[in-house]
Amino acid sequence: MSLPDGWEMVVGLEVHTELLTKTKMFCGCANNFGAEPNTNVCPVCLGLPGSLPVLNERAVELAMAIGAALHCTIAPSTFHRKNYFYPDMPKDFQISQYDLPINAAGYIDLPDGSRVSIERAHLEEDTGKSTHLGGSGRLHGADRSLVDYNRSGVPLVEIVSGPDIRSSAQARAYASELRGILIATNASDGRMEEGSMRIDANVSVRRSGDAFGTRCEIKNLNSLRSLGRAIDYEAARQVDLLEDGGTVRQETRHWDETRGETSTMRIKEEAEDYRYFREPDLVDLAPSDEWQARVRASLAPMPAERRREMTALLGSPSDAQLDAVTVVVDLGLDPWVRAAALAGVDAGLALNRAANELAGLESLDPSRVEGFVATLAMEQRGELSATQTKTVLAEVLASGADPRDVAAARGFEQLAASALGDIVATLIAEHPEEWGRYRDGDDKLAQFFIGLVMKATRGQANGKAVIAELQARR
Amino acid sequence: MTHPLTRDEVAHVAHLARLRLSDTELDLFTAQLGQVLEHAADMNELDLEGVKPTAHPFGLVNVVRADEVRTSLDRDEVLAMAPDAEDGRFAVPRIMGEAP
Amino acid sequence: MSARDIAARVRAGETTAVSELENSLAAIAARNGELNVFLHVDDEGAYRAARRVDERISEGLDPGVLTGVPVALKDNLCQRGVPTTCSSRILEGWRPPYSATVVERLVGAGAVPVGKTNLDEFAMGSSTETSAFGPTRNPLDPSRVPGGSSGGSAAAVAAGMTPISLGSDTGGSIRQPAALCGLVGVKPTYGLVSRYGLIAFASSLDQIGPFAANVADAALVLEVIAGHDPMDSTSLPEASPRLLEHLDDGVAGRTVGLVRELLEGADPEIVAAVRRAADTLAGAGANVIEISIPELHLGLSAYYLIAPAEASSNLARYDGVRYGLRVEGEDVTATNELTRSAGFGDEVKRRIMLGTYALSAGYYDAYYGQALKVRTRMIEAFARAYGQCDLLLGATTPTVAFEIGAKAQDPMAMYLSDVFTIPTNLAGEAAISVPFGVGESGLPIGVQLLGPGRSEARLFAAAAVLEAS
Ligand SMILES: [Mg+2]
Ligand SMILES: [Zn+2]
Repeated sequence: MSLPDGWEMVVGLEVHTELLTKTKMFCGCANNFGAEPNTNVCPVCLGLPGSLPVLNERAVELAMAIGAALHCTIAPSTFHRKNYFYPDMPKDFQISQYDLPINAAGYIDLPDGSRVSIERAHLEEDTGKSTHLGGSGRLHGADRSLVDYNRSGVPLVEIVSGPDIRSSAQARAYASELRGILIATNASDGRMEEGSMRIDANVSVRRSGDAFGTRCEIKNLNSLRSLGRAIDYEAARQVDLLEDGGTVRQETRHWDETRGETSTMRIKEEAEDYRYFREPDLVDLAPSDEWQARVRASLAPMPAERRREMTALLGSPSDAQLDAVTVVVDLGLDPWVRAAALAGVDAGLALNRAANELAGLESLDPSRVEGFVATLAMEQRGELSATQTKTVLAEVLASGADPRDVAAARGFEQLAASALGDIVATLIAEHPEEWGRYRDGDDKLAQFFIGLVMKATRGQANGKAVIAELQARR
Repeated sequence: MTHPLTRDEVAHVAHLARLRLSDTELDLFTAQLGQVLEHAADMNELDLEGVKPTAHPFGLVNVVRADEVRTSLDRDEVLAMAPDAEDGRFAVPRIMGEAP
Repeated sequence: MSARDIAARVRAGETTAVSELENSLAAIAARNGELNVFLHVDDEGAYRAARRVDERISEGLDPGVLTGVPVALKDNLCQRGVPTTCSSRILEGWRPPYSATVVERLVGAGAVPVGKTNLDEFAMGSSTETSAFGPTRNPLDPSRVPGGSSGGSAAAVAAGMTPISLGSDTGGSIRQPAALCGLVGVKPTYGLVSRYGLIAFASSLDQIGPFAANVADAALVLEVIAGHDPMDSTSLPEASPRLLEHLDDGVAGRTVGLVRELLEGADPEIVAAVRRAADTLAGAGANVIEISIPELHLGLSAYYLIAPAEASSNLARYDGVRYGLRVEGEDVTATNELTRSAGFGDEVKRRIMLGTYALSAGYYDAYYGQALKVRTRMIEAFARAYGQCDLLLGATTPTVAFEIGAKAQDPMAMYLSDVFTIPTNLAGEAAISVPFGVGESGLPIGVQLLGPGRSEARLFAAAAVLEAS
């Protein structure tokens, strides 16, 4: 979707990601999703009088890992209190980082070559969770709410991008790239549907070349699809407003996924006054060079680097292949492609099979990589047709069986070259007119003959081998 | 730095602090808080230009704990403290707006 | 009897923890109705603890240096299962599901907690009159205040109810009542004693410390409760300091600075007592010099912005949602407001308002930000003084114990009674108040010894010199 001519959207994203620690940010309660309500709570995360926070070392390391992966400066930082009343926040303030975040000034390079700046990636604590009773079960219209503090105090990193994003597609690419980075750092599982990665979008519009317009913040977008739709809707709404001579009011808006529109949640005129001040119960954080170096050394390669590696393996990839590379790297399947290529399988074939046969699987056992490689090697040697390869692969991945056994059990005997030659010769004789056109240079007819061969062999023939037979007789 | 504290400001601050003050309280607090703030004007005697603020008396840094699970509280004991609880959770009257 | 004597005799089998507890409970029963010292006496828990101590003795074990010593706890210290109110309606009926580190350490050393003492609501006050449960009276003259905010803990020791007690000192809340009740009271170096389980008033200023009738008992209690605690991020990394073994070190060769600003505005009888104390130290070989630290004047202003600012945030959690009082309204915000308005007293509301204002948009720089800079200057000023002196000397309070009601209607007058104690809290340093003579009314006078961070051993040795004279 695009805006009317002469208009441009300006988008910045704030992404909150829960960290994969064993315990919460400031106490030893377990950080696990889905426990019985109020069972992972203690004096600290319930904000009981007299309790004090003590920072989780692992949370700091994961935050640094995120910072390093986002090319940020890891700097001495402090914690502040952000004061506001809300029932799911037990102390009625949130411990967060304010003027001195642990990570500042980085960037993400997206697969399309664009770069989005990162203003900061700071540590803060999550709140509890409310369930609304009565009415529609949503906040509005409910007659009371129930609060579970299991999530209270779970460590978060909030990643704030610069206002560099210019389309919903770019916003989605950014979010998906960031998700890949978070997964690669082991900082997050990136599960948006479980709320472990949540996105707020700041959207404004301007006539190209003008200064930034007034922005609206859309809260809690919990899928890439919502993100894209909400931004497009909101930018279009603002352009309509402005073109009708109106003005955009700075406000927080809510995205309604079913109705496909944003609506006012809170007007920012009564500016929030969070009365930030230094958290006196925590001391400063000043990660030493050694500590930072240790974290950097433990970082696995990030998606951009892995994409470069895949691209290099492919030589000079087509656009379609580049898209497949993005998919494969996003899903963490690039080690499979690399393993196959190392074993001599054509990288293009391996990429194609990974993008098409592995990507859709619910779960993938990493120990099946050997079977994957062996199956592809058989395909490459012409021992399996494309169709057969898919069948064998599915079974190998599911059961861990040897692909040769699977092929034999299924009767996917290799079609002897002589048998194939006989079949091709017969078919040429039966279709003299088509053969004539093929021989005169109409390559499209190769597909016609391959189709006939497949039919005759019930898909057991190898397409490349058929072409070789045809060529030989041309 | 000193400016007379107004009744409206005191009312605004009371709202931020979730306190409901009667008219008498508002008047009294406006006067009393004004007095304290007036006294605080003596801080202007010092030239504080360029002085670093101290939020904390000592310069400890990097105080962290290992990421190890400790036993949480018993839920019955936790909910026994609650003015109102339901279904393993703390019950509150309706919430009028989403969190900021 | 001193705490050390009690512990020695219980350890030697000459008396039992239960019998010492009974003495304590009898003394409480005799005067608590009159003085309103204890908000809650935990006889049942205390008997259990005392019997456990006696059992261990009979098994030949040593429960520790405070074996069988009854101790009173300021009611802002959490003790598992024991009502803890901070003298506020908002926490009435709340029983913490955990104990403060200091309580664990006292019990671990064989002490027997007997109950929770009255305080100014949330420790905000200097007379124990802001308690929602009525004022505590000074055992030495029940028409007068015991000081505050730890007035109950001071009165418990002064009335002979317990030989020792714990208080907390945010701007003088241990030293001032110690002075007004004729006791030794210590504000330890910030971070020396864990704050875990101390219900926060102003986190960057609060410190727990002991009250005792003599210097050695105060040193003993501090040795027990001090030392690193991993539950408090601001806890100093080192182990508890050795104080008792330095008690007799004296002050010979020490330079003591008599601070002009810590006498200004004090009653003449107080000034005279401090000068006598200076002479005593000089007589014991100290080199006493008069010095001036003009920045101390600004302590009061900085304190009455910083402490309320932190308090406004620390006390936000009392919202009627999770524990304590709830006054239900039509929605959560109304419930928050009704609960807080009904649950907090005037002084608490005043400070929450002041702190909220000082932090709010537009005023932060002029008030809170400015106060933090004054704090820096205060620390630098003390550092300069400690470049010249090993210790500083001054008054603890401007007057002896005042009449109940004398300052209750005038917050600013009440705030001024902390003027000599506040600077130590802002600097995070150590100070001790020692009884030194009495005034015309026969009421005790306290003098204050101040030292840099971690100078407790030096302070106790000087206090011992004053005590011995
Ligand atoms: Mg945030
Ligand atoms: Zn916890």
